[in-house]
Amino acid sequence: MGEKLSWGMILLSMAQQFLPVWIALVATYLLSIRYKRRLGLYGKLFDSPVGMIGFGIVMFWVFTAIFADLIITHDPLGQLSGLKNAVPGSALKAPKEGDYLHYLLGGDHLARDVFSRMVMGARRVLAIAPAATAFAFMVGVTLGLPAGYFGGKLDTTLSFFANLVLAFPVILLFYLLVTPEIRVTGIPTYLAAVLFIFPVIFFCTLFNSRFFTNPPKRNLYVGVTLLIGLWAYSGLAFNADPLGVWSMDPNLLNVFVSVVFVNSPTVFRIVRGIVMDLKARDYVAAGQTRGEGPWYIMLWEILPNARGPLIVDFCLRIGYTTILLGTLGFFGLGVSPESPDWGSTIDDGRKLLSIFPHPALAPALALMSLVLGLNLLADGLREESLKD
Amino acid sequence: MLYFILRRFGVMLLTALALTFIVFYLTNLPPNLEKLAKSEASARMTDEDVASWIEKNGYATPVLRRYGEWLGVMPGWTMLQEDGTTRGRCIAVGSDPAAAPRFCGLVQGTWGKSTVFKEPVQKILGRGLSQTAWLMLAVMLVMVPTSLLLGVLSGMREGSKLDRVLSTIAIASTATPEYVSGVILVALFASATAGLSPILADWGWISGKTLFQGTATSAMDDITFWNFALPVATIALYGIGYIARMTRASMTEVMTQQYIRTARLKGVAFRDVILRHALRNALIAPFTVIMLQFPWLLNGVVIVETLFNYKGFGWTLVQAAGNNDIELLLGCSVVAVLVVLVTQLMSDIGYVFLNPRIRLS
Repeated sequence: MGEKLSWGMILLSMAQQFLPVWIALVATYLLSIRYKRRLGLYGKLFDSPVGMIGFGIVMFWVFTAIFADLIITHDPLGQLSGLKNAVPGSALKAPKEGDYLHYLLGGDHLARDVFSRMVMGARRVLAIAPAATAFAFMVGVTLGLPAGYFGGKLDTTLSFFANLVLAFPVILLFYLLVTPEIRVTGIPTYLAAVLFIFPVIFFCTLFNSRFFTNPPKRNLYVGVTLLIGLWAYSGLAFNADPLGVWSMDPNLLNVFVSVVFVNSPTVFRIVRGIVMDLKARDYVAAGQTRGEGPWYIMLWEILPNARGPLIVDFCLRIGYTTILLGTLGFFGLGVSPESPDWGSTIDDGRKLLSIFPHPALAPALALMSLVLGLNLLADGLREESLKD
Repeated sequence: MLYFILRRFGVMLLTALALTFIVFYLTNLPPNLEKLAKSEASARMTDEDVASWIEKNGYATPVLRRYGEWLGVMPGWTMLQEDGTTRGRCIAVGSDPAAAPRFCGLVQGTWGKSTVFKEPVQKILGRGLSQTAWLMLAVMLVMVPTSLLLGVLSGMREGSKLDRVLSTIAIASTATPEYVSGVILVALFASATAGLSPILADWGWISGKTLFQGTATSAMDDITFWNFALPVATIALYGIGYIARMTRASMTEVMTQQYIRTARLKGVAFRDVILRHALRNALIAPFTVIMLQFPWLLNGVVIVETLFNYKGFGWTLVQAAGNNDIELLLGCSVVAVLVVLVTQLMSDIGYVFLNPRIRLS
């Protein structure tokens, strides 16, 4: 039986476990700073200290998610006897050959390793949050562009529906949408069927408006988009992929769809606002005089000019989505009860919070640092994109 | 102006109807009704029993009709039973069917009965809301002055060291959702084994075991600083950052205006420029933001009341949703939707009054 570790030793051992992350981080920074003048907005990020710190924190968690298998010290679901609610640095009671000798951040109420669960949680969170945000952006952009550009009845109708969703208290919506019962009724699948088609529509319109004067090229691009898009669509929304490559766990689909559904009206409003501002510009009038179609102007003239605020909002929104996922986990509505995602772990840990704070504290600090990093990154990006 | 308010009111009513219908539809889905039947009658019912229970209790009619009944614009269902008595939505058990009103719904003030608490929904909601009102009041008293002060101080001299520090604090506070800050605050101040409390107890600075209390259950009878500080701080912390950033943006914009420069050049002291000229104009935008914070606070209230076990409105909502208490959940959502819509309306109208540059006609 080993000794209990002191706090200094715990920190040192954790730093050692994160070794692959440190290497990857240093490599990223060296390469980025070396070539920063050629990297556009991304390169400029390295001129702003705030942006650099934010980017560092975000990349730390991204690399943690990637290398999670190398970093973890124990199976995140494995329970070892005698380590229930063990304090940080506790030694294993009966280590087997090849076992890591300590629970670095202690054990939770089921005697699982808090450190490994936190690291694996990063993978769960970073697999869902950016993807859900991207989908929300596809929906918001595809609907917000025409609403802002054409205005009129279309705008009134879409805005009404967006405001409807926004007026919903988020937690109530989650409680109604993310329940085991609702899966029986198929509502998540219908929602997914509507929401997941938007990326396909977006890319088809994008290529069609650009290349419709050149039919062979247009047919190639749109054809490939349709092929891959509808293939993924059939698998993700209906779980009916003939080849079985794309599929989504029904529970995960439920959570994913709800988060996209909650986020897209806000994106819609932002895009609509920007388009209404930009459509009065001279280059739009010039495009209209040249006889360009409305979708070409929206997608290839207005959208690239709106990228600054949209990129900034994308970063902020990943953070917000992370918070939403945590909220879901906190109310026990998360992906699955065993899942190591941060929200559920905080929920597990809060029952014994005032006696054993460490099982809840580790994921709480992890979540906070990731969101803080994303916020700082967005702040840096905003500062740098305003300098142009 | 009147037309504007009327139109806004119309849209609000339409939104309220649409939202309540969605909630009604989602809470009255067949699986939820089945669960209700099983929890109300018996857990070991056969599928036919469940179907007949649903039929007997008026849940088998089309959903739009049931929504109308619940709202009180359609007559409640009645049903002649085999033993000759009449059952109905508006007929209390054991009372005379002829004397019962035809309509009984939200409009008539009949909100139904909670299946979990065995009490009328209105009574539970009233109790919960009064508890939450105290929490909200305390949060507002802490949050609004703090965030405005932070925002004005950092927006007053953009780019200064003070601005940098305060902006970073604001960002950090928006990055910390309630369930994270709550956990950290409890671990720091209300844990007998970690954080500050054991140290302070060792030094003999505090008489009890912990600096603050980790649950707010006792605050329901008697609010003290000891049991109420942590929940209030948890909710306020998340909002402070956001309002402070909005105030800062608005303040920096005002500080670049010509009239501020004129006042400075006239020789007015910097303090007087801020207090007399800048502040009033800078506080228009944050007003809207503060009003729109109410719906956000609702989220915070649900999380914090669950975390600190304070039995207010948010706690009631969680209980209703978790236990498939349909009528209570519907009541909760009516309140929640009303809060959101009324604050939106108030912020719109208030904005028009505060900002003379907006002309409606």
